[in-house]
Amino acid sequence: MATEIRVPALGESVTEATIARWLKKEGENVAADEPLVELETDKVSVEVPAPSTGVLSKISAKEGDTVEVDAVLGMIGEAAAKAARKEKSAGKDEKAPAGEGRSKAGAKKQAVAGRTVEVRVPQSGESVTEAEVGEWLKKEGDRVEADEPIVSLETDKASMEVPAPAAGIIRKIAAKEGETVEVGALLAEIEAGGDGAAAKEEPALRAAAERAAPAPSAGKPLSPAPRRIIGEYALDPAAVEGTGKDGRITKADALAAAKAKDGAKARAPEPAPAPARETGPREERVKMSRLRQTIARRLKEAQQTAAMLTTFNDVDMSAVMALRGEYKELFEKKHGVKLGFMSFFVKACVHALKEIPEVNAEIDGTDIIYKNHYDIGVAVGTDRGLVVPVVRDADAKSLAAIEAEIADFGRRARDGSLKLEEMQGGTFTISNGGVYGSLLSTPILNAPQSGILGMHRIEERPVARDGQVVVRPMMYLALSYDHRIVDGKGAVTFLVRVKENLEDPQRLLLDL
Amino acid sequence: MTYDVIIIGAGPGGYNAAIRAGQLGLKAAIVEKRENKKLGGTCLNVGCIPSKALLHASELYEAASARLPALGIRAEKVSLDLKQMLKQKDEAVEALTKGVEFLMKKNKVDTFFGSGEIVEAGKVRVAGADGKTTDLTAKHIIIATGSEVAPLRGVEIDEERIVSSTGALSLSAAPKHLVVVGGGVIGLELGSVWRRLGAKVTVVEFLDRILPTMDGEVSKQFLRILKKQGMAFRLSSKVAGVEKLKTKLKVAVEPAEGGEAETIDADVVLVAIGRRPHTAGLGLDRVGVKTDERGFILTDHFRTSVEGIWAIGDCIHGPMLAHKAEDDGVACIELIAGKAGHVNYDAVPNVVYTWPEVASVGKTEEELKEAGVAYKVGRFAFSANSRAKTNHETDGFVKILADAETDRVLGCHIVGVDAGELIAEAVSVIEFGGASEDIARTCHAHPTRSEAVRQAAMGVEGWTMQA
Ligand SMILES: Cc1cc2nc3c(=O)[nH]c(=O)nc-3n(C[C@H](O)[C@H](O)[C@H](O)COP(=O)(O)OP(=O)(O)OC[C@H]3O[C@@H](n4cnc5c(N)ncnc54)[C@H](O)[C@@H]3O)c2cc1C
Repeated sequence: MATEIRVPALGESVTEATIARWLKKEGENVAADEPLVELETDKVSVEVPAPSTGVLSKISAKEGDTVEVDAVLGMIGEAAAKAARKEKSAGKDEKAPAGEGRSKAGAKKQAVAGRTVEVRVPQSGESVTEAEVGEWLKKEGDRVEADEPIVSLETDKASMEVPAPAAGIIRKIAAKEGETVEVGALLAEIEAGGDGAAAKEEPALRAAAERAAPAPSAGKPLSPAPRRIIGEYALDPAAVEGTGKDGRITKADALAAAKAKDGAKARAPEPAPAPARETGPREERVKMSRLRQTIARRLKEAQQTAAMLTTFNDVDMSAVMALRGEYKELFEKKHGVKLGFMSFFVKACVHALKEIPEVNAEIDGTDIIYKNHYDIGVAVGTDRGLVVPVVRDADAKSLAAIEAEIADFGRRARDGSLKLEEMQGGTFTISNGGVYGSLLSTPILNAPQSGILGMHRIEERPVARDGQVVVRPMMYLALSYDHRIVDGKGAVTFLVRVKENLEDPQRLLLDL
Repeated sequence: MTYDVIIIGAGPGGYNAAIRAGQLGLKAAIVEKRENKKLGGTCLNVGCIPSKALLHASELYEAASARLPALGIRAEKVSLDLKQMLKQKDEAVEALTKGVEFLMKKNKVDTFFGSGEIVEAGKVRVAGADGKTTDLTAKHIIIATGSEVAPLRGVEIDEERIVSSTGALSLSAAPKHLVVVGGGVIGLELGSVWRRLGAKVTVVEFLDRILPTMDGEVSKQFLRILKKQGMAFRLSSKVAGVEKLKTKLKVAVEPAEGGEAETIDADVVLVAIGRRPHTAGLGLDRVGVKTDERGFILTDHFRTSVEGIWAIGDCIHGPMLAHKAEDDGVACIELIAGKAGHVNYDAVPNVVYTWPEVASVGKTEEELKEAGVAYKVGRFAFSANSRAKTNHETDGFVKILADAETDRVLGCHIVGVDAGELIAEAVSVIEFGGASEDIARTCHAHPTRSEAVRQAAMGVEGWTMQA
């Protein structure tokens, strides 16, 4: 029994990834869930674990290759021991080798025919962990084509159809209608076989075939224009909502789906990049990682869309530092986490956001969307670049909970184990350049957010207090904001409020 | 007698409603007042069918002398047997009205001849020609009384020298000079018939264009084609009166915006300025069925202002066309039967059966402009179509209008031989919400005129291949 290693779902709007590194070589033994290969996506790098225990029998995507979601990365064959065990039960359910003999694509493919392919509950988006089995579209014993929907699942967000991962015959249905199943749970087993299965082995070929002629989805015949678009953008016709007569997919529907899937592809092809310039003897050319490319693109996009402006203030950190000095040990003892400055800043910002809601809003077309939740992104530098995990519902969390979360984010950002969904959906961002010693900076917005707070280094500076020059621990604060929806008054007031909350933390306590 | 539904008027609206009622198991009665006791309404008796019979025959007559020689066919002594031509027309009408009678029987529809009057909701009184009346009752009454010729003030129709379309279908001889009042479909069709049969034809039209509801480009080209065929036009003009002398008619024509009248001599004047709803004697006022100021019955999905009384076809709003009346009838019965009857008025084709034909469906360019819709246009001339060229029938073009963003086909306009058949493809595509690309990517037989439709569709997105 061989199992395919496929590119997992990588989260919304991520359709492809680059193979960063194979952690195992062909022929090596692997255990189920052991990391096999590292993928880099636009947003994050992920490790793909082994779907089963066995031998990494084939690597089909090399390092540096760009692969689409669900593409085959490699195969895991049976480990010797397991194969032997299997042989013992041969009498029970082993398929006749004749089935293999019929496989048309020669020796390499023979291994494929007759293998069992598992159909599992796919990951269907952030925060969805389980689903209810809606309706089985196929019965045990039915023949299915690759990508043909076989069962529908209902989650609290959406309903979806699970396609057959390979052509073949459904041998076993493992979850009944109405049953609640977890992501990754077994739904069915398909005995792969026939041409469809062979084709499945060649992702490149399969993609090309799909492009040429998408299979008309069951019950939804496609007219020519939608057929072309669905083919060109490799859309799933079953997932395109049809607004035509009797629910048919019109060209407009297909165009909308193509746009939704990949805005970039729907646009005219970009002009070919200028030929790379020669590098001199004392220069080195290194390909930008996908993460770096994405950071670059995002930052530039933010600059191009927002009317970005920065306002400054400074804050006297004496009070926070005194508080921290006084309770540091007690706090750590009680909560098991150090009391840092970040939680104060998060709280101070949430407080100010409540007063100036447009800083916690975003522009959508000609509308403004105000967010009545306070999910604060906290920028964390790693050796691969900046990532911004999000502290959700920060308004409802204690300082200790926030500190613990940020500490955990920091750790995991550095070892690369942050999950994609942990970095999505922030409503406001805090960036602390102070840890690197920055005196003053103008942070760039994290689109589509409308505000970002820049923290800087704390430094003893002489300031005037009650007519006296005194030395105080001071920090400059910067708020970059989208002037399209945040007015100068709002921005300045926001920053003043943050300053006040930090200089007199009791305000936070009293909710002033 | 008691029915599920009584239908007043046996035109295409009424008789198709009756058929559908029978199919759905409703007990239906149909009432028709035509004195000759013929079913089929305007369309079969004095409309679509007889006019098409004459258009077809007269077209072949003209082709024999005007076009066959170019194909190497010498038909030297072609002569007109008008009597036979009118007879074959009447035979066609006869056969088809008989067919409707058969369909009524087949669908167990009771037919009552006589004038129907709605006494109250649920009750229709039929007054037969013999003066006897019969009362019928039903839950539902459908008014399908159609339309009649709109009169021209100061010009009285005698159906001999001053005729409506009805008289123009039975002239005993081709007039020397026929003046057609009105440059719409009926005027141009019947004008063409008599021009081919030997008349000099002058069309007087109030507006500055013929076929005023059609796409402007179509009107313009079609005018040029008709002029080339020898039809004369007085646009932006109106007929102020007709003086009947013993030997001729003196037609007073003046500029539309007023001014000096001019007299044109004619033998026959055809009044074809339009049709109006035919609802007199129905008792609408008494039962409270509301109409607009022009007499059209106001409906909401065929429901009139009175519960249980419905109306369809020419006597309600929408294009005055037989197939529209037919679709109304089907949808109305389906609604009565509790189904989801619906007519998509954006997908009702409109055909002028001249030579060449004119056909259109959906929106015109002018309508799109006015509505502020961003659109794209694809055009293809029949002069570049191999079949048209081979057959020496290169007049005309296909024009397709599609939404600039979604490419959805919004309108199709064709001038050309067989345009009436070609339009069906565009009608289907519009009905299904299809795009120009759907047409462009559909295989079309070669060599056919339908290829011109495809090439025009390609033109919408700029990839016409054969021009
Ligand atoms: C010369 C000419 C050519 C035409 N050519 C075409 C064409 O090529 N294509 C096309 O689509 N359309 C054509 N039309 C239009 C077409 O004939 C009408 O749109 C169509 O007939 C309308 O159908 P209807 O059922 O609404 O009404 P009608 O066909 O007008 O039928 C109504 C019937 O109701 C009867 N009636 C009226 N009042 C009563 C009453 N109180 N009691 C009982 N019976 C009553 C009338 O006698 C009539 O028979 C043409 C019309 C004319 C005049």
